[in-house]
Amino acid sequence: MSEVSRSSEVFVTVEGISRRFVPHVSLGDRIAAALGSPLEQRAVRAVEDVSLSVRRGEVLGLVGESGSGKSTLGRMICGILVPSAGLVRIDGESVMSGGRRPRKTTTRVQMIFQDPYASLDPRMRIGDTIAEGPIAHGLVSKADSLAYVQHWLRRVGLDPDAAPRYPHQFSGGQRQRIAIARALAMKPDVLVCDEPVASLDVSIQAQILNLFLALRQELSLTMLFISHHLGVVRHVSDRVAIMYLGRIVEIGTADAVYTDPQHPYTQALLASVPQLVLEDDKMVSFKPIPGELPSPMAPPPGCHFHLRCTFAQARCRVEPPVLRPAGAQAAACHFAGELQFTR
Amino acid sequence: MTARLLEVRHLATHFFTRAGVVKAVDDVSFDLEVGEVIGLVGESGSGKSMTGYSLLGLIDPPGRIVQGSIKLKGQELVGLPQEALRKLRGRRIAMVFQDPMTTLNPVLTIADQIHLAINAHERVSTATARQRAVDVLTRVGLPDADRRLDAYPHEFSGGMRQRVAIAIALLHRPDVIIADEPTTALDVSIQAQILAEMKSLVRDLGMALIWISHDLAVVSAMASRILVMYGGRIVESGPTASVLRDPRHHYTRGLLNSLPSRAAPGQPLTQISGLPPSLGALPPGCAFHPRCPRADAICLTAPETTGHERRDWRCHHPLTAVSA
Repeated sequence: MSEVSRSSEVFVTVEGISRRFVPHVSLGDRIAAALGSPLEQRAVRAVEDVSLSVRRGEVLGLVGESGSGKSTLGRMICGILVPSAGLVRIDGESVMSGGRRPRKTTTRVQMIFQDPYASLDPRMRIGDTIAEGPIAHGLVSKADSLAYVQHWLRRVGLDPDAAPRYPHQFSGGQRQRIAIARALAMKPDVLVCDEPVASLDVSIQAQILNLFLALRQELSLTMLFISHHLGVVRHVSDRVAIMYLGRIVEIGTADAVYTDPQHPYTQALLASVPQLVLEDDKMVSFKPIPGELPSPMAPPPGCHFHLRCTFAQARCRVEPPVLRPAGAQAAACHFAGELQFTR
Repeated sequence: MTARLLEVRHLATHFFTRAGVVKAVDDVSFDLEVGEVIGLVGESGSGKSMTGYSLLGLIDPPGRIVQGSIKLKGQELVGLPQEALRKLRGRRIAMVFQDPMTTLNPVLTIADQIHLAINAHERVSTATARQRAVDVLTRVGLPDADRRLDAYPHEFSGGMRQRVAIAIALLHRPDVIIADEPTTALDVSIQAQILAEMKSLVRDLGMALIWISHDLAVVSAMASRILVMYGGRIVESGPTASVLRDPRHHYTRGLLNSLPSRAAPGQPLTQISGLPPSLGALPPGCAFHPRCPRADAICLTAPETTGHERRDWRCHHPLTAVSA
């Protein structure tokens, strides 16, 4: 673990943030509503009242399955999605402006997306893609932009002469390097990475993870690393937050969360991932979680996990648990710290 | 003594494109025994899916099987007319594909799709078909199968759709099921359910399974034997634990070292440098040599498959066994 620039200073704070997605109401529905039929409002509560903080130079891993709200949370921290409630601050400053139509007001946070085939404009030369933001924000003059682009291409392990080429001339791993260069060229303090290696092959994934580790050290970046892959998150993160249906169910140091999980969901999730089998005749190395992921449109009441939880009691079905200290971390479970998990 | 179910020898599937010959599968040989689960591992473009398609006779022009033989219980499949292959597919060899969102017909109910799949090989009444559908869906762990039969695919989650696809593959009790990355598109907790389900099905019904995946951990949880593919060839094979514990090919070791679980958190991973080759422009000799730390002049000639007993590799400079 790098000790380079990790300090105790809180750098990113997320305060009670929520995001609801309300489906568009069609004209037909509105006419029906005007005529007296009940209007069905099924808002998706993608993120519900999440608070967390990230220290300067720290990597926070955000783990969850589809529908857990991890990407929505990442987008709000990056300021490209307006929260329904709550606030994100970087170094004390709000990421969004106030008012009726809030806008992102900082370039100190940048994002890297999952699919490098979709996140690069296929009709722009990659040099122009990388230079666009820095020129617009006055980080570099148009005249100096080529040298600036080449510097960043070299930094992410690409040929600096590749600037005039188009995205289709690169492989998936190389495209992800371009996307990283584009984000870094804005000189951010905070990087939000949303599943940055999910679409890459194993050998290329290792190359990109190594690049992240190196860049983090050199540039003392604060990072939010979003992934569904537990092994990848463990490898790059100092602290880890586990999300389930819009809420953080457990948060703590990577070591504590992985070796001594306190929430039944974390424990079950860790147990459900197949491990490499290195001994003969030892085949079963994973244990599935029973049941389906509930729809985020209609999450169960109380603790969202109670339908699939082997420890669920009557209280879990009505009262949503809050995050509270358990072990070396915090967990949102009524019985955190009291449960005996069988391994 | 277990019986030999499938015998693949020197199989080669090439695609003759305008840009040149794409050697998707080149000199692939392996055996599959009754009730055995083997894992076919490789990165994208390694030819693992094309190997699966070749077994089913699903290679369309400009591709064709140019060489080799595929014997199912002694019957040669290469060169069989389309009609004969069609009678085999689904009945004796079935396939489960990666993306459960696209493998089911969106405008037919589940009951109709299963009825069609049964009718492809035998004539049964609607009532019988329905009963068989309920049986097979219950078998793959779909609760309340009778009621859900009349639902359309969009009413199912990804995991449920994959269960339906597996159920359809099971309908005719095939000898072999080829599963091509069947859990890659699913969430972690759902993946574990499907893996457990498939394992118990294979065990109870005595079917053989070829599990194609890029995920070494998933394969190691499923398969008793593992075949590692690179550049259209099998570069290493053997019992799963033995291959993963004592890789002999430099590519296998590189792949293992690329896994985050194999390094201390925060420490750099031992990566394989370079990019996987395109199957249309494979390097001469051993296809891995441009990325291999051990490569020298002799690697410009293709290595033969060597090894002992059930452990094979294709390398001029194999790694020595650590714990033989």
